[in-house]
Amino acid sequence: MKEQRLHIESRTERLIAVREFVSTAAREFGFADEEVSKIALAVDEACTNIIKHAYKFDPNRSITVLVRGRNGAFEVAIQDKGNVFNPQQIPTPDMKEYLAHFRRGGLGVFLMRSLMDKVEYDIKPGKTNEVRLTKYLPR
Amino acid sequence: MSDFKIAQRERDSVNVLELKGYLDAHTAPKLEEAFQNLLKSQRFNIVVNCRELSYISSAGLGVFMAFIEDVRKNRGDIKLSNMTPKVFNVFDLLGFPLLYEIVKDEHEAVRKFSEKAK
Repeated sequence: MKEQRLHIESRTERLIAVREFVSTAAREFGFADEEVSKIALAVDEACTNIIKHAYKFDPNRSITVLVRGRNGAFEVAIQDKGNVFNPQQIPTPDMKEYLAHFRRGGLGVFLMRSLMDKVEYDIKPGKTNEVRLTKYLPR
Repeated sequence: MSDFKIAQRERDSVNVLELKGYLDAHTAPKLEEAFQNLLKSQRFNIVVNCRELSYISSAGLGVFMAFIEDVRKNRGDIKLSNMTPKVFNVFDLLGFPLLYEIVKDEHEAVRKFSEKAK
């Protein structure tokens, strides 16, 4: 599949465009509806984290979403140039414990890890931060 | 933006919020406001009908987390009904069925409040 890219401003009203963009590409790559929804949700969570944490709701920054597919692997790379926010430092919460204390936040990172096969971070402070989400086509 | 709507009504002294559309970081504040208004007016028996909710992200789930404690402290509850399998899967992934009563239809959710009151 040819690489496709979408640039958006760092605004939550643009999340819907991101989900549509990623869903169309995932469907084209061969995923069924259920998997398409999972990928779109994971990418929404990644962009929401950037808007909230890396850009702290500054609406005039930009986010780039790149999709590429090869050999059954569908990869979405989400790039920003914001403050260092390293979700790798967020431990995977014990959900039972977590819910018992009615905590918010961190749910997005948990969802990303649950919904995708691989979540990788490439953090370059002052340059470009990238989170790469990968899902494999079922064999 | 009309991608998320909330309709509010009362049924047997239970407050029903009907959600429609896409609940994400952009639209979650609308739901937050609806809950705040209910709590402000001391209405703690709440059913959220998700029949027409097409999408939910963690920002939407976070709203339920934010209010459940206060609601229960006031002897109320937030019960959820009519979820599509797609939306239920997201709640399920995060273990929400352990914490929230999620039932098949609104009628059943409302009835559970009146049973409790007896």
